[in-house]
Amino acid sequence: MADDRAFSLKIITPDRVFYEGNAIMVELRTTEGEIGVLKNHIPLTSVIAPGILRIRESDSEVKTAALISGFVEILQDSVTILAEVVEWPDEIDVNRAEEARVRAERRLAEKASNTNMKRAELALERSVARIEAAKK
Amino acid sequence: MASMRDIKRRKTSIQSTQQITKAMKLVSTVKLQRAKTRAERSKAYFNCMYETITGMIRRTGHIDHPYLTSGSSEKKAVVVITSNRGLAGGYNSNIVKLVTGSELKKEDVEVYAIGKKGRDVLKRRGYNIKADYSEVINEPLYKDAMEITDALLEAFSNKEIGEIWLAYTGFKNTVSHIPTLIKLLPVDASADEAEADGQQAEDAVSSKTLMNYEPEETEAMEMIIPKYIASLIYGALIEAVASENGARMQAMDSATSNAEEMIGTLELQYNRARQGHITQELTEIIGGAEALSS
Repeated sequence: MADDRAFSLKIITPDRVFYEGNAIMVELRTTEGEIGVLKNHIPLTSVIAPGILRIRESDSEVKTAALISGFVEILQDSVTILAEVVEWPDEIDVNRAEEARVRAERRLAEKASNTNMKRAELALERSVARIEAAKK
Repeated sequence: MASMRDIKRRKTSIQSTQQITKAMKLVSTVKLQRAKTRAERSKAYFNCMYETITGMIRRTGHIDHPYLTSGSSEKKAVVVITSNRGLAGGYNSNIVKLVTGSELKKEDVEVYAIGKKGRDVLKRRGYNIKADYSEVINEPLYKDAMEITDALLEAFSNKEIGEIWLAYTGFKNTVSHIPTLIKLLPVDASADEAEADGQQAEDAVSSKTLMNYEPEETEAMEMIIPKYIASLIYGALIEAVASENGARMQAMDSATSNAEEMIGTLELQYNRARQGHITQELTEIIGGAEALSS
């Protein structure tokens, strides 16, 4: 089915090609906020923040994944995501993510001077992204 | 001429060595196959990463960023990737030679060793071993590469080191492995351009599209370059593992055929000795019989 709204999407991790195909919209979270990319987007390179990745393959089909880190290169008719960590929902260990969330929240609540706040925040973001993605 | 027993003992000893080398060859062949598929699978990522980074640096021109300008420190960090195990032909010594033979001065070098063999030899030669990640080479994970990168970049931004180099064995194909020494930081934009000469046509197209950065360039650079370094180190690790097994396979293959040759020669010697022995015995018996009858 050739959809003229479709553009090619490639998601590559150091160990494998995670996804390769056509999509009509990709939603992801960058360090500057959430963005949705359609065809003919302006060229943009952006750094990814932990969040949910939604790939709309057609009007009825949406795939989700937890995209944790990496960066994205958007060109007019193609999008390449160089992901360091990305997981499909069925690959996520929910219990572990839940544990990580509790741990990160506890560390943030303590506000002890020796804990690295930024790191704890990032850990929290990561675990929340995983949990959300797994729920879908 | 050596006695029959000596020859026989020698032969059995070589035979059992040959069994070992044969087994090692088989093992490294299997490991090589695995490492090779792994290297091929991750190649896409590095090519993409490389293109993006070089494209980025070329398009943005010369930005004044600490990662792109040489550090003030004289010290140079060298990540040396070798193996934990020997019996791989010239694999480890080639890397060591590469480091000792380079223009890097011994006093300035801080070695970040991955692999026990390289670490030990460099230590003996009087190099300063700053850190040791030898466990990593057994089963390289991307996370390990990130860890090493973090340590390197921290030292770099603390001005403890001014340059970061990487020495590893590149995997071209099963029989050819190239010891390589490359500079990771500061990123050398001009060298990249020279290397990318072949892709010029493609670059001409891509440089026309004006890239936007979000967050803005310097900040994006700050976040992307660590990923770039980590991916290079990871790529080097994976290639090094493939090369190590390739080198070992070759070494063991020639050891096995050498053993084969030696066994052949010994077999010949043994047969001759046996024949000589029989002849001697016969002459003795005949001599004895003659002495009796006369």
